[in-house]
Amino acid sequence: MEKQLVRLNVNEQDYDIYINPKTLLVEAIRDYIELTGTKRGCDTVSCGACTVIVDGMAVKGCSVLAIQAEGARILTSEGLEKNGKLHAIQKAFLDEGAFQCGFCTSGMLMSSVAFLNESKNPTEKEIRDGIEGNICRCTGYNSIVRAIDSVAKGKYTEDKA
Amino acid sequence: MNKYTVINPHEPFRVINTHVHNVDGWAKITGRATYTFDVKLPGMLYGKILRSPHPHANIKGIDASKALELDGVKAVVTGKDTLGVKQGIWRRYKDLCDEQILPVDKVRYIGEPVAAVAAITEEIAEKALDLIEVDYEVLPAVFEPLDAIKKGAPEIHDGFERNISVTRHIEWGEVEEGFEESEYIREDWFRCGGQAHMCMETRCAVSSYTPDKKLTIYSSNQSPYYMQGLMAGVLGMREGDIRVLSPYVGGGFGGKFELDGAIFCSAILSMKLYKPVKIVYTREEDFIASKRRTPMFYYTRTGVKKDGTFCAREAKVFTNGGAYTGMGATALYLTGFFHSFPYIWKGYRYDGYRVYTNTLPSTSMRGFGAPQAMWCSEQQIEWIAADLGLDPIEMRRKNSHKEGTILPGQATIASCGIDLCYDEITKWIKSKGKLPANRSIGISACGFMSGGIFNWFDSPYSFSSAVVTINQDGTVELHVGAQDIGQGSNTTMAIICAETLGVKVEDIKVHSGDTDNCPPDLGAWGSRQTLMSGNAVKMASENAKKQLLEFAYAQSGLNIVYDLDIKDRWVHAIARPERGEDFVQLVRKALRGKDGQKIVGRGYYTPHRKGMISPAYSYMLQGVEVEVDEETGKISLIDSMTAHDCGQPINHLGLIGQLEGAFSMAAGYGYLEYMPYEDGKLMNPNLVDYKMIRAPEMPPANIAEIDTYEPEGPYGAKEAGEGLTNPTAAAIGNALFHRFGIQMKECPVRPEMVVNALREKKEKEHAEKK
Repeated sequence: MEKQLVRLNVNEQDYDIYINPKTLLVEAIRDYIELTGTKRGCDTVSCGACTVIVDGMAVKGCSVLAIQAEGARILTSEGLEKNGKLHAIQKAFLDEGAFQCGFCTSGMLMSSVAFLNESKNPTEKEIRDGIEGNICRCTGYNSIVRAIDSVAKGKYTEDKA
Repeated sequence: MNKYTVINPHEPFRVINTHVHNVDGWAKITGRATYTFDVKLPGMLYGKILRSPHPHANIKGIDASKALELDGVKAVVTGKDTLGVKQGIWRRYKDLCDEQILPVDKVRYIGEPVAAVAAITEEIAEKALDLIEVDYEVLPAVFEPLDAIKKGAPEIHDGFERNISVTRHIEWGEVEEGFEESEYIREDWFRCGGQAHMCMETRCAVSSYTPDKKLTIYSSNQSPYYMQGLMAGVLGMREGDIRVLSPYVGGGFGGKFELDGAIFCSAILSMKLYKPVKIVYTREEDFIASKRRTPMFYYTRTGVKKDGTFCAREAKVFTNGGAYTGMGATALYLTGFFHSFPYIWKGYRYDGYRVYTNTLPSTSMRGFGAPQAMWCSEQQIEWIAADLGLDPIEMRRKNSHKEGTILPGQATIASCGIDLCYDEITKWIKSKGKLPANRSIGISACGFMSGGIFNWFDSPYSFSSAVVTINQDGTVELHVGAQDIGQGSNTTMAIICAETLGVKVEDIKVHSGDTDNCPPDLGAWGSRQTLMSGNAVKMASENAKKQLLEFAYAQSGLNIVYDLDIKDRWVHAIARPERGEDFVQLVRKALRGKDGQKIVGRGYYTPHRKGMISPAYSYMLQGVEVEVDEETGKISLIDSMTAHDCGQPINHLGLIGQLEGAFSMAAGYGYLEYMPYEDGKLMNPNLVDYKMIRAPEMPPANIAEIDTYEPEGPYGAKEAGEGLTNPTAAAIGNALFHRFGIQMKECPVRPEMVVNALREKKEKEHAEKK
């Protein structure tokens, strides 16, 4: 297959990359744009480590081609912090210890952000269902659920201002 | 909840057990933490491994010529390109070193490496694998230990009669007398499954060999020092010429401290090409070729008095060792030891046999043989209590270890909070009130070690070491050999250092995961780092502090009966805390006093005269509320409570996270994480078919901390986070027993097993009615 030039907008920056059209979005982000915060943990779209946000929706980066994301706004874990100021969910992850080895964390953060953007007053069950697609082998999820819940309950609202 | 059985002499604390953020947190939540998986070196090539499709076969020949013709392929290596060293982590014992990572003449399991390719892309390397022709002579294979020990079974390794690779015997007290005194004896057979470590970061490594004959390896592992030593052995190099870097590690759980194909093959390829080579296992490779929890067949016979006093126990265990020994030898010992826990026996005897089979080798995994031991022990004890009409909690309580309990020849228990654990769980069960009809609670007790007193690796170094260096501005460099694999050891070490020196956690930079720059340490396994590395860090910090305070004493003119101390960066007389000076001022004076040499404190720890197993033991009792759908056999976990004695907690957030995480892994072992093999082939090597706990399945994992003081641990600390992998499977089994009266003898408990057990029970009751 012939390689082609693709423009991806990642974390509010355009990148022109020259790729095989069958390149996955996660491969484009990791191997071509070299943002390695997004991970890969399986080959079966099962683990969620490669989750990024595409036009506001959580998407597993191994389930779409990079060319399908052309023209979309892509957000990765590297794009959450702005000028040294952490996103509320990042603060909550720190406060709750919602990560251990950290390998699932980028994907988990992106699923959490997408979930919080859509669910204003989620129940605990809704939070759990919201991150069902992300495997964390370390934490047992409860600290992650607490972190998402605390952001949803507005604990970090003053930081948003 | 703070209930001391002994007052902690080090209190009050400034840093210990306070809410401290993980010191690696910033890097991990901003996507900046660079794992081995992310390492990219200039000119790097990509490697792939060709794996055996046969469970047992001789390699008659390998023809790689077509692969080498493929554009972009740089090298192919096979066993013939290696020194053929049979290696193993029990390197003190030659018999147990039985694995050539690229075997020269024979493969022993499906998935075993046969050849490795380096190419300019991973895709080309993968294509090249298809072009390698291997001439196999397929041999008869055997997959189950009870078949492999039969006369006439295929011989997997030369000279191992009946395929038994390791035997272990543990015995203390009066076993025969104990059984003679027993008024009730029960015997049961159990089967314990394997379990995949399933680290989110699959096995991976980047090796870079340079013309000066030095090898640098980035590797996702639990013990850089072990990797360095083992690689030196298989490559015929000096340890000092090999540097192992383990930056951030995406999980370990006991599966990443033996050599694996990624490290070994990338190094062999790099040495051939003088180029960096990276190998990353796919998830499927990780499932089929990176070892697993050791499956076991357990026979256990227990004798008690009618009032519930435990008399004697004997156990016989056959483990499915798979093709090679590795860390399985330790799991074989520890399962036998912990099968006695946490109870006092007049006599205890254990015989364990590790059996070679033509399956994926089994090894250590979080809990290290104890989850299997407790699956059997804690269910059988529950059944005995029911058989005798006794309260299962009170029966456990009256037989439990106490402070001062001696396990003859094995261990002395210096701290033990299990008695309070029984109180907490009793309270919790009462608080639940009457449960809905489809729910029930099961309990399970256990204990675990705080690091092993084993030196099968034959290290000439201290078990743990640390170096503390104080900079002129009061910042501190802490170099440790302890490895952070996500469990938070960097944070725990920083907390111990800050508490001891009297500074803040943010003053401390932790350096770990680099054999060139960090002192040797046996690494992250057997729950050893909090106690062992923690003691080394405490000693190094005390040493640096003492050097600093010498200058403070010299200028203070203080009467010799008064002491100085440092707290919160303030150097002061303990009797007059307001009189003192800033930490940084003192550091600068000390620097001048030392003619400009930085203050460096060294610390180390090796257990001496602490028995055979471990310097200290944690204790816990867990209750799990389980819901069962009788039609489908589906198990759901509703709630749980663990009363947990880990001595003095050090890292508050880390402790909660470790205990919750251990619960999810332990529960997975109990009812979800099944590894079915057919003719040596794993049938579910992917995350669609291998079921684990996901967020919706995870119940609350409540913790009641029982704080004791462990004299051997730093500030009174001992193990946390591994031991809690042990009780849950049995607690789930016990909940099923209480709800339905069914006895589950195999884990993980799958829905069809529950349905079958319920049907059999009904049929039996029906027959009895007739």
